[in-house]
Amino acid sequence: MNKETCECGHKNPYGTYLCESCGKPLKEDGRLANMRYEGVARRSQTYSRSVIDKIWNFFSSVKVGIWIIVLILLTSSIGTLFPQEMYIPPGEDPALYYAQEYGILGQLYYDLGFHNLYSSWWYMLLIAALGISLVIASLDRFVPLYRALKKQRVTRHAAFMKKQRVYGEGISSNADLEGVKDKLKSKRYKVREENGNLLAEKGRFARWGPYVNHIGLIIFLIGGMLRFFPGMYLDDYVWIREGETEVISGTDGEYFVENNEFLVELYDEQDEDIFQEALMREDAPVVSNYQTNASLYKRSEGGSIGSETELEHIKDHDIRVNEPLTFEGISLYQVDYKINELSNFTFTLESETVEEEQLEEVVFNVDLNDPQMHYDFDNGYQVEIIEYFPNFYVSDDGEPMTMNRVPDNPRIIFEVFPPDTDPETETGEISMIGVQVNEALNEGHEHRISMQDVELVDVTGLTVRRDHTLPIIIVGGSIFMVGLIQGSYWHHRRIWIQQKDGRLLVAGHANKNWHALKNDIAFISEGTNLPEVHDQLDEEEKIEEDKSKMNEGGSR
Amino acid sequence: MFELSSTLLFVAFGLYMAATIFFAVSITGKKFKNRRGLEANKSGLFGYISAVAGLISALAYFVARWLAVGYAPVSNMFEYTTALGIAMSLAFVIIYPIYKNNYLGLFTMPVVMLIIAYASMFPVEAQPLIPALQSNWLFIHVITTAIGQGILAIGFAAGVLYLVRMIDFTKASKKVKGIEFIMFTLLATVAYVMIGIGFGAADYTATFEYVNEFGETAEIDYVLPPIVGPNEGELVSEQGFNPVISMPEFIRSDDVNTVLWSVLGGLLLYGGLRFGFRKPVAGALQPLVRNVNPQTVDEISYRAIAIGFPVFTLGGLIFAMIWAQIAWTRFWGWDPKEVWALITFLFYAAYLHLRLSRGWHGEKSAWLCVIGFALIMFNLIFVNLIIAGLHSYA
Ligand code: HEM
Repeated sequence: MNKETCECGHKNPYGTYLCESCGKPLKEDGRLANMRYEGVARRSQTYSRSVIDKIWNFFSSVKVGIWIIVLILLTSSIGTLFPQEMYIPPGEDPALYYAQEYGILGQLYYDLGFHNLYSSWWYMLLIAALGISLVIASLDRFVPLYRALKKQRVTRHAAFMKKQRVYGEGISSNADLEGVKDKLKSKRYKVREENGNLLAEKGRFARWGPYVNHIGLIIFLIGGMLRFFPGMYLDDYVWIREGETEVISGTDGEYFVENNEFLVELYDEQDEDIFQEALMREDAPVVSNYQTNASLYKRSEGGSIGSETELEHIKDHDIRVNEPLTFEGISLYQVDYKINELSNFTFTLESETVEEEQLEEVVFNVDLNDPQMHYDFDNGYQVEIIEYFPNFYVSDDGEPMTMNRVPDNPRIIFEVFPPDTDPETETGEISMIGVQVNEALNEGHEHRISMQDVELVDVTGLTVRRDHTLPIIIVGGSIFMVGLIQGSYWHHRRIWIQQKDGRLLVAGHANKNWHALKNDIAFISEGTNLPEVHDQLDEEEKIEEDKSKMNEGGSR
Repeated sequence: MFELSSTLLFVAFGLYMAATIFFAVSITGKKFKNRRGLEANKSGLFGYISAVAGLISALAYFVARWLAVGYAPVSNMFEYTTALGIAMSLAFVIIYPIYKNNYLGLFTMPVVMLIIAYASMFPVEAQPLIPALQSNWLFIHVITTAIGQGILAIGFAAGVLYLVRMIDFTKASKKVKGIEFIMFTLLATVAYVMIGIGFGAADYTATFEYVNEFGETAEIDYVLPPIVGPNEGELVSEQGFNPVISMPEFIRSDDVNTVLWSVLGGLLLYGGLRFGFRKPVAGALQPLVRNVNPQTVDEISYRAIAIGFPVFTLGGLIFAMIWAQIAWTRFWGWDPKEVWALITFLFYAAYLHLRLSRGWHGEKSAWLCVIGFALIMFNLIFVNLIIAGLHSYA
């Protein structure tokens, strides 16, 4: 590529707009200089031959970047029109649900895949494009900006000065440059001097803010992506009845959690005088707390293989919403519960023909989560469980079945053998028992099974979560925030003061916050006779406005 | 304590009103000179002092209510919206000394008042906290977000100021329609508040029996006279009258009724002003702001966004994610409120990138500030009240 040679003799890379050495504009381009990246050439403006160049140029364009952001913004909003699939009521078939609830639009929403928008391939593609654009745009600018800021010359060409937005000139002999320097230093400017010319600079590090925040964002996005790799992310669910201990998934059977007690507490309308009005207005009582009093256990190392596992108590923790139990990167969260699940039935036998004393002894307990299948009594009675359905239903074929192991609708088929029958050869009295159910399944019953007692238990539902991507997400988020603050709350300001042929030229540039720059210049001008500066942009705009006013006047 | 907090908020409202009046005087009354012919118009300073006093009183409301209810008062629509109004006045109190621009006061203070008045239309009584909200992150997350949005809202006020100053009202154009629509929206909100207060003071309620979307008979209470009634509605209370038009069963007819009242009230106010001025309402304001330097206002709106964006990001996304990880087991779940916070974030990010090029300074930038604020309000009102999600506490 051709070098661009300035009249000062410096050879600039192709595409340079302001000479790297003296600052003289190499191309005529408007009244004010474009100071973005100090007029240094960027790769994207220099090459455009190969496919790689083309891709590079595409993604390094801020215009393209903005389009990507806007596209993500627009598509994201579509996803909130109707609930995402994960938020529709559990058990609903999405293929029917959307059409049912939201009509034609809902059907369309489902057909277009918007019910899973945020994990759709094209949404992922947009996020990937954002990441690529961030990387390329930052690289494209970082190097030239670094070079330009590193190599700043104090002496600048008069044309450079005149093209700055804040500019003024006057006779140089009047000005008190020493006073100016002191005042600049008191404002914590870094001042450099060269042949009576000054460059005062402040807040340069703010220029790196965008790059730091973009890096943070990229790390954040990478962290988010890692979630799709197996093993990085664990999301499980465990139900534990009061008094029971369950193994915690994802720990190789090493950790166990026990539910000592589960509670739901309510706000009391009588007590809470300040909340009384609000509580009265509610239809249902308002919950104040969900809590599982849990104990964490670890399988002890010492136990030999095959021997009974010994559990070592690690800690107790009251798991509440907002207060998960956390250990070794795994957290257990209070997310669900079930009050009064059936846990135990107690039965006796009744009969019209047998004497009561005979039956007094026959009392049996069925643990609904782990029933004993056979009951023997001293007086010769025997009871057997032929079949147990914890959650009973009748299948489409008319077969009795159980939905799962949760005793929500337990049915037990008992066979009762009075003392004079032989279980080996004879059939006993068979009946099916459930809540409010007592059916004889064969003839000739002399006994009736009677439910005496029901025991209930509370069950807690905990989410088990481990997320190895969190550290990366945290690092990315923190870097992003640091960069954002760095670039937003500090500003890069420069003031050039040049002496030329007995004239003093003053120019200023700020990457943002021109107001503060102008205040600074006003401050250093006070009592030092520095030439007054003007905001040339203001003047430009005034001219525009006057022009348009005049046009209006003319047309009237 | 609880009563005290209400009183303090009322006092704050009065002080914001005083600030508005002072700022208005400081702009229109420039001709006052004292005997020696010097500028004697201190109204700008008084306006600022009133604003600071209003802020102090509002903060006292916040603390008093916090002590009374036992948690940071940012847990429902009334509390959060009020906090947003206070945050906007806080942002103004911080930004005013930098630019000493009285016009900004004239455009900010009424918006603060309007937000607080709007907030008070929601139930104001203390509500017990549900378990998901019982966390210190409630105030860390919500207060930071409110402050961020309050600063961004200053960008809106400055943006409107810019548009009123710069738009050419002599010819009809899309821009004129746009700014008039903003004026109408503000006036409709005023109407909503006034109608609510009026019928509230008159203790108006009418109860209807109607057939709901499940085909069952249910009752509904109206606090405003029914322009539109519920499906097959039948008046059962003594007060009120039967509506002329009935809504289909799947629409919340009382909400539609309230919106209709606000729109009609807004049209009445807007039409009255429009007719009185005989020109666009914003156009009638234009002579007031003739002396505004557009360059400065453009910079104020941009600075407000540049200052507010990191605060909003910290509160609305980062703190939000931390809390979501603790309370909801995951830091991000594509809940509508989360998505809309992300959209707001992306919108302002796009704004900042657009500002990198000169073509997007000035008027276009001012429109973007308006849209950004509309997004914030949308997320507050629409997403909370209409789109159901985990955040629907109010
Ligand atoms: C959501 C994603 C993004 C966020 C949050 C973000 C954030 C920012 C912020 C806060 C600034 C500083 C702006 C200012 O100080 O006025 C910035 C500057 C910038 N961003 Fe981004 N950005 C994002 C995406 C992108 C993308 C996709 C590109 C690709 C073209 C890009 C290119 C740039 C450039 C070129 C700058 C100016 C750098 C400079 O002043 O030296 N950004 N970005």
